Amino acid sequence: MTAKKEFAIFDHELVPEHRVLSEEEKAELVKKYKIKLSQLPQIKADDPAVQALDAKPGDVIEIKRKSPTAGVYYYYRIVVGD
Amino acid sequence: MVSASTIKSLVEKKASSLPEKTKQELYERLIKFNEKYKLKKAEIEAIIQEIVQEYEKSIVEPGEAIGTVAAQSIGEPSTQMTLNTFHYAGVAEINVTLGLPRIIEIVDARKNPSTPIMTVYLDEEHKYDREKALEVARRIEGTTLVNLAQSMTMDIINMEFVVEIDPERLEKSGLTMEKIKKKLETSFKTAAFEVEGYTLRVRPKKVEKISDLRRIAEKVKSHRLKGLSGVGKTVIRKEGDEYVIYTEGSNFKQVLKVPGIDPKRTRTNNIREIADVLGIEAARNAIIEEITKTMQEQGLEVDVRHIMLVADMMTLDGEVKPIGRHGIVGEKASVLARAAFEITVQHLFEAAERGESDPLNGVVENVLIGQPVPVGTGIVRLTMKLPIKPKE
Repeated sequence: MTAKKEFAIFDHELVPEHRVLSEEEKAELVKKYKIKLSQLPQIKADDPAVQALDAKPGDVIEIKRKSPTAGVYYYYRIVVGD
Repeated sequence: MVSASTIKSLVEKKASSLPEKTKQELYERLIKFNEKYKLKKAEIEAIIQEIVQEYEKSIVEPGEAIGTVAAQSIGEPSTQMTLNTFHYAGVAEINVTLGLPRIIEIVDARKNPSTPIMTVYLDEEHKYDREKALEVARRIEGTTLVNLAQSMTMDIINMEFVVEIDPERLEKSGLTMEKIKKKLETSFKTAAFEVEGYTLRVRPKKVEKISDLRRIAEKVKSHRLKGLSGVGKTVIRKEGDEYVIYTEGSNFKQVLKVPGIDPKRTRTNNIREIADVLGIEAARNAIIEEITKTMQEQGLEVDVRHIMLVADMMTLDGEVKPIGRHGIVGEKASVLARAAFEITVQHLFEAAERGESDPLNGVVENVLIGQPVPVGTGIVRLTMKLPIKPKE
């Protein structure tokens, strides 16, 4: 099954956009919300979305969620190992 | 009269704290009213300011017990739902769990829902034609010998297992006798297969007892000849102008690889499976969708914000966790809060064994102790900066 390309999960309706934050953006996030990184919601390192982005534990993922109330908003999750 | 671009930049500048959707609505309304009343710039600014103020007033205040409000808001309409587990709704012929049992199932994050169902959408080529949809459905539908057989007999004299295949069903499944024989031969090395018309004879290579024959017959009977494991019956239904396949049973990972389907829209009602294949964010969306759908089917309406909170809590740690003793409540930091919920004695024993302490930060603990609860106005604490050394 190498000829047919594996379906990319980000194409699926249910999966919102994911993006890995840079170090500067991480610092900014911590400052903006006055939090520690460990206080963020988590995402597992073996999550299909994390695997697709090739993110490592400790990275922060920015998720662009579509919401029926706010239109679009951003949610953050920190990658954690198993 | 102010131009549209000025309004746009004013909205962007003055109302940056508003969510996207509200901003968009504000902009559109301003354009409309500007045409009608020819507003001045100062007036527009005043309107925007007023809107921002109203928005900030409507935001949930710090200390609001949103969890309790969500629980009540979902719980109250749930009492009006059907207690019937099974219902033939939506899809003809396929059983769907609905109402309260379904809500409980979602919130408990069961490994396997009692009625797993996949909704398979088809790609451009297959979705408008019933024949082509049927072709895809055949690839998905799990078929065993039992599904095709007209009669099955055990011939003890010749030590054979004889299966009479129903020609009609065989035709419908898209299999041929030759294909069945080949398939079975590759899967079972211990038996010989013989095809004669629509009769299939299974002859085990070495048999001493009848029980051997029986055992092999059982295996051959339930061997999957085609389709995906875990998937049973399929039903094709026309929705709008396209055909959609519903399946009894779910195998999300495999179905996405089946040619002819549209992997972007295809989904399952098994939330754990979605979490495994598409990730935790997709699972969150699936929880929201499933709860909303179940409520709507019962003619009830719950504000999405409450459901969003539930879904957020369930997916907070990167995996789908149930609400309740084994999930969110069971992982509360406070011993007293856990003990107040369920299995009190066990929690207290365990806490005593480990020498846990309770800082009394939460709501439940403080209700228990009889102190002001950290909710609403109770969340405010007064801290004073005392001079350690009095100044001379």
